[in-house]
Parts: sequence; C-alpha cells; structure tokens
Amino acid sequence: MAAKKKEFRVLSATAILGYGFPESSFREGLRRRPDLIGVDAGSTDPGPYYLGAGKSFTNRAGVKRDLRFMLTAGVRRGIPVVIGTAGGSGARPHVDWCEAIIREIAAEEKLSFKMGVIYADIPKARVRRHLAKGEITPLTYVPPLTPEILDESVNIVAQMGVEPIQKALASGCQVVLAGRCYDPAVFAALPISRGFDPGLALHMGKILECAAIAATPGSGADCAFGTLKEDSFILESLNPARRFTKESTAAHTLYEKTDPYHLPGPGGELDLTGCSFTELPGGRVEVRGSRHVESERYCVKLEGVRRVGFRTIAVAGTRDPIMIKAIDAILAGVETQVKDILKAESIGGRIHFHVYGRDGVMGALEPERRVCGHELGIVIEAVGATQDAADAVCSLTRSTLLHYGYPGRISTAGNLALPFSPSDAKMGEVFEFSIYHLMPMARPEDFPARIVAVRGGKEPK
Amino acid sequence: MKRSILAAAKVIRSKNSGPYELTLDILFKDKAHFELFRRRNIVTKRKIAGLYRRPVADILKIVYFEPSNALKITMRRPIPSGDAGETDIYGAQQHAPLLRLTY
Repeated sequence: MAAKKKEFRVLSATAILGYGFPESSFREGLRRRPDLIGVDAGSTDPGPYYLGAGKSFTNRAGVKRDLRFMLTAGVRRGIPVVIGTAGGSGARPHVDWCEAIIREIAAEEKLSFKMGVIYADIPKARVRRHLAKGEITPLTYVPPLTPEILDESVNIVAQMGVEPIQKALASGCQVVLAGRCYDPAVFAALPISRGFDPGLALHMGKILECAAIAATPGSGADCAFGTLKEDSFILESLNPARRFTKESTAAHTLYEKTDPYHLPGPGGELDLTGCSFTELPGGRVEVRGSRHVESERYCVKLEGVRRVGFRTIAVAGTRDPIMIKAIDAILAGVETQVKDILKAESIGGRIHFHVYGRDGVMGALEPERRVCGHELGIVIEAVGATQDAADAVCSLTRSTLLHYGYPGRISTAGNLALPFSPSDAKMGEVFEFSIYHLMPMARPEDFPARIVAVRGGKEPK
Repeated sequence: MKRSILAAAKVIRSKNSGPYELTLDILFKDKAHFELFRRRNIVTKRKIAGLYRRPVADILKIVYFEPSNALKITMRRPIPSGDAGETDIYGAQQHAPLLRLTY
C-alpha cells in the first residue's frame, strides 16, 4: 500500500452519467487538480424494465457528451476515470453499450489508454449453489428466493464493492468501466487503496455519487468536488450558484435511505451515529466521524428481474359527472365483461385502470376516497403473455369502456375522450423485480474483468 | 386549536428506499420543532398506518436524525416498484397524507 498522502481530491461529474453538467463547473473541478474523476451511472429507481431489457434509462447522446469531457480530461492529464453501474443497471449488455460509446469517443478524440472492464453478472448456477446451502438472504419485505424464481430471472447482477475497482486500478488502468456497483465504491476505491479511512472515503462517495444534488440549490446536472483528509472530508460546489451547507449535506444523508445512521453496503455498513457536519467559509462543509464497520461475512446484494409479459396502454378521459360519480362500478363492470370474452377466446391478460382524479397517484395508499374533480383521466393498462395478447386486451377494454351502458347514462355517443389516434400504445416487455437478496462472497475482488488497450490514435503529447 | 405540520416543517417528501420500501422524510424548520415532535412522540407507527390505510406491521421504522432536524418514516411499499398495478415507480408523490398531521 502506498504511503499516506495528506489529501485525496475527487471530481464527481454529475448525479447520473448522461444527466449533464455545465462545462464551467467541470473546468473549475479540473483546476483543483483532482486525483480521480468519477461518475455513478446507475440506479434501480427507474424500475425493473431497464435491467431486464438490457437497456439504458439514460440517453446515448447525453452519456457520450458527459463521457467525452471526462475521458479527454482524464486521459490527457493522467487522472484515473472510474464509471460505476454502466448503462444504468450494470448488466453485461449495459456495460458493453457503454464500452462502445467509450471506444467511439477514443477514436474521435484520438485517445489511447488502458481500460478495465468489470462485469457484475452472477451466473445462476452460482446463486443456485448458495441457495441450496441456505445462504441467500432476502432483504426486508422481499420474498425468499426459490429455485423457480431464480430460473425465471434474467440479468442477475451483484453490487460490487471497492475491491474489483482497486484491482483494476492497481494493474494500471487509466479508465475503469464497472458493471453494477455500490455507488460510493466508484469514489472510495482508489483513496482506500492509498490508505485513507474507509468510513470517510465511503461516506464521501455516498454524497459525491449524487454530485450537486446534495448542494443547495440542488441539481442532478452539475459537478461536485470532495477533498478527503486523514480524519475528515470536505465537500464543495464548483458552481458559484450553489453551495454545500450543513443542512443540505445532512439532508442528503436521509435521501433514499431506510435508516440514515446505518447504511449497509458490500462487506459492511457505514455507521454515521458519531458523524458531524461543520460549515466552512466558501460554501463548503466538513464531515467527520463516519465509520465503516465490516460485517462478519462479506455479502453482496444481488439484483434480478423476471419477465411477466408485455404491456399495451390507452390514455383516455371523461368529463361526464354521472359517469364520474359511478366510476368504480363502471370500471368493475367493464372488467367483468372483458374478462368473460377473453376467457371464451382463451386470451390471458390482466387489466389495470389508472384513474387520475381518484387514486391514480397513490393507489392502495390513497386515504382520500371521495372523487370531487370535474374530470377524470383514465389510463387503461393491459398486460398479456405476448404483445398480441396485450394489444387484444387493451383494445377490447377500451372499446367496451367507450360504449359501456351504465345506469343513468345520458351521453350515449361515447364515454371517453381519447387524445390520440392511434389510441393504443405498445409498451413492450414488462419485468418485475424478483431478486433483491444478499449472497456471501469469499473473494470480493473476483468479479470477471477484461483489461483492454483502447487505441484511438496518437497521444497528443 | 391544533396547528398543521406545515407550521413546523419545511420539507415533506417521499421516495423509494430500494424497490421494496417507501421512505418519508419530514425536515423540521428548526431544532425546537424537531425536539417538540420527538419529545411529544407526535408521529407514531399507528398514526402513519392510519394515514396510509396500512397495517401497523407495514410501518418499518421511525428514526429521528439530529443532523438535519429530520424525522424519517420507512414503510413497506404496497407492491414492489414496477409490479403490475404500480402507480409511482420512484415513490416521489406519496407524501401528501403526511400533510394531515397536526400538533
């Protein structure tokens, strides 16, 4: 391990790769001579589809634009560039998608460098072995994993910790492109290798992975800068329009977490019970006291989804007060009528009505049971085993609702206002989360990696 | 007369904490309001369960976080994010029932 350095400076480009950042903020970050340029590219927040379909939830042009700044600056100045959870979900197709973008940029900008590409996919056979030994633990509210659910699942990934990234950097990689990755590991891997405290490094990473979201005013499309010291870290904005405050930083610690004092990750948890936030001049905040507590057994979080069918939707609205008053009974009647026909035709499918103006936003959690608006928005959602089945269910549900005769009806020409022609939209495959479990991992550095030489032309120097 | 939570809080928000949990944050205006709520135990699992029409067992945790003068409530999602019947993939618009809290 290298001797301790007094400071380790990190430039976090943006909250999610592809969300963008002002060039001026990025340049300001470079002026502070960072030891690392990092970016988190992923999240499970956009839902199960993207992992299942192997597609990115961020736009290709946006990702390429952000990466172009990061790679040209990093490679030309010799600053390591680390990208975590490539392609949004971090499975093999996502990593390969991002690698292709990197190679394009290298060719266009004539950049040559050594790159570590780390995959996070976990073979089913490996999960099955641990499952047989009773070593797959569901997280809170997650059903236990069964061999059947495992068989149906696709693109199973594990959130890697700092170890695989450290291994790639130690072998001299200028750029590390990682699959599914614990977000803070992107920023913490290198400083921990250099002897900095893991608790501080990971907590700083936890905040930097969201970049300027933790500043005030917050933004998902701006850079942030972190300086790690021996017993604290300092956060600062690179945009004069924002600053880090004690309040903005502490409030961010709450964000998307179950318990802000205890944040679990690969191989342990961050304990923030002794953590303090102090404001410094210049819109900066210094954080102390974050601790990393290693768990007895190193576990990683697995994520996986399974395909449950295909979806077709139709958007409609009603402005009829008599229909609005009887909406629950009308929709129930339509569903019964449609299901009878589908049964007779042996078409399987599920119908769901999203009724905006009633409980379209909160569903089962909606405490307000009265419908008091003058219009309702209705999204008909049909899920079938095939796209054809979903189309058939959606079409039949729409036409049945359009002409459904309910008691007291006076508007006999049609019940729905349809804004679009065609009225029905194919939404493609439907996935659901099926795996969100912990699995023990004896050698957390052993994620499959390729070290490749990217040759984009002559080095500018 | 009881006052609305809006007199005590400056941020009331909701978001997923992973695909299986929903987490609600109340950031109080100042330490005094934070301490008042904590001391008087104004927000209980039972009260949250009532506001959201869920069983008390589905309210996982209520944590007071001093560095932000905040109260965090984490509950079970009615369905995992993105399952059939989903209404709010990110869980970002599930905070409104909290506006009914009074003190």
